[in-house]
Amino acid sequence: MLTWFQWLEHSWLGTAVNNSLWAFAVIEAGHLLALAVLGGAILVVDLRLLGFGLKEERVRYVGETAQPWLIGGLTAAIVTGIPLLSSLAAGKYYVNGAFWMKMYFFIAALIFTFTFRRAIVMGDDARANSHIGKITGIVSVVLWSGVGIMGRGIGFY
Amino acid sequence: MSILQICEWIANTSVSVGIRESIWTYPIIESVHVLGLTLFLGLLLLWDTRLLGFVLRRVPVSALWRQLFPWIAFGAIIITISGTLLFWSDPVKFYGNVFFRIKLIALLLAAANAAAYHLGIERKLVEWDTANTPRAAKIAGATSIAVWTVVVVVGRLIAYNWFPPLA
Repeated sequence: MLTWFQWLEHSWLGTAVNNSLWAFAVIEAGHLLALAVLGGAILVVDLRLLGFGLKEERVRYVGETAQPWLIGGLTAAIVTGIPLLSSLAAGKYYVNGAFWMKMYFFIAALIFTFTFRRAIVMGDDARANSHIGKITGIVSVVLWSGVGIMGRGIGFY
Repeated sequence: MSILQICEWIANTSVSVGIRESIWTYPIIESVHVLGLTLFLGLLLLWDTRLLGFVLRRVPVSALWRQLFPWIAFGAIIITISGTLLFWSDPVKFYGNVFFRIKLIALLLAAANAAAYHLGIERKLVEWDTANTPRAAKIAGATSIAVWTVVVVVGRLIAYNWFPPLA
């Protein structure tokens, strides 16, 4: 794994970001915007599952509305995240505990969102409005908050 | 008393000194600020795109606002309190930071845009609640997205001291 991180840091992408005064900061601002879109798409569905927010709309409709935002926010977060990671892959991120925690939360959140949560949101309406839906919403909020908190933690580690 | 002197006074308050001297308080407040941002801005973007007529067209504008507003307001309270505390921790540094000043101006523009919408085209909402959103509502939605994008970008850039502090 360390070999990959070293390769990434010495790739043209890593050196380009690292050698620029502005690149990291500007890409990071884009990463933060992506986070707002992604977080909104996640939260609007989770709030609905918990019986808050768009409670007058069907869970499935809220989920279908949020889907393009989720995919768009996720894509933007990954596209901006890779150059950020590349800039100091081996020197900073590899040895950063918060970075690894963020990745574990991220993988868990992705798997949960696109398997179990998706099945609940797009499935039977009664089930989505039951306690199963509420538990799904809580787990989702916890996993994605973990990604955000640990992401912020990278800078302070 | 100049603004800078007020900032210096704030920097000497016990809350300001306390946040500065603690290892964990600043990172925790900043994490809350970021998570609050996702709640506030994520839902606000959904609202803005509804005004643009892109999403949730089956939901009347009034019904969407009624359901989203408490959460947007909750998010706004979180980021306002956490943001004020972040400023409070090192007011002189923020005061001299060019990106912080741009952010404050952008926030004022966002507030003015919201006020223009609520005092303007929203008063005729009964006429377009379930119909195509009028041009004024679309402009308000697009302006909101643009201004809040600026707020987030310059907000993040406050961390960089590329420019000497302003007087």
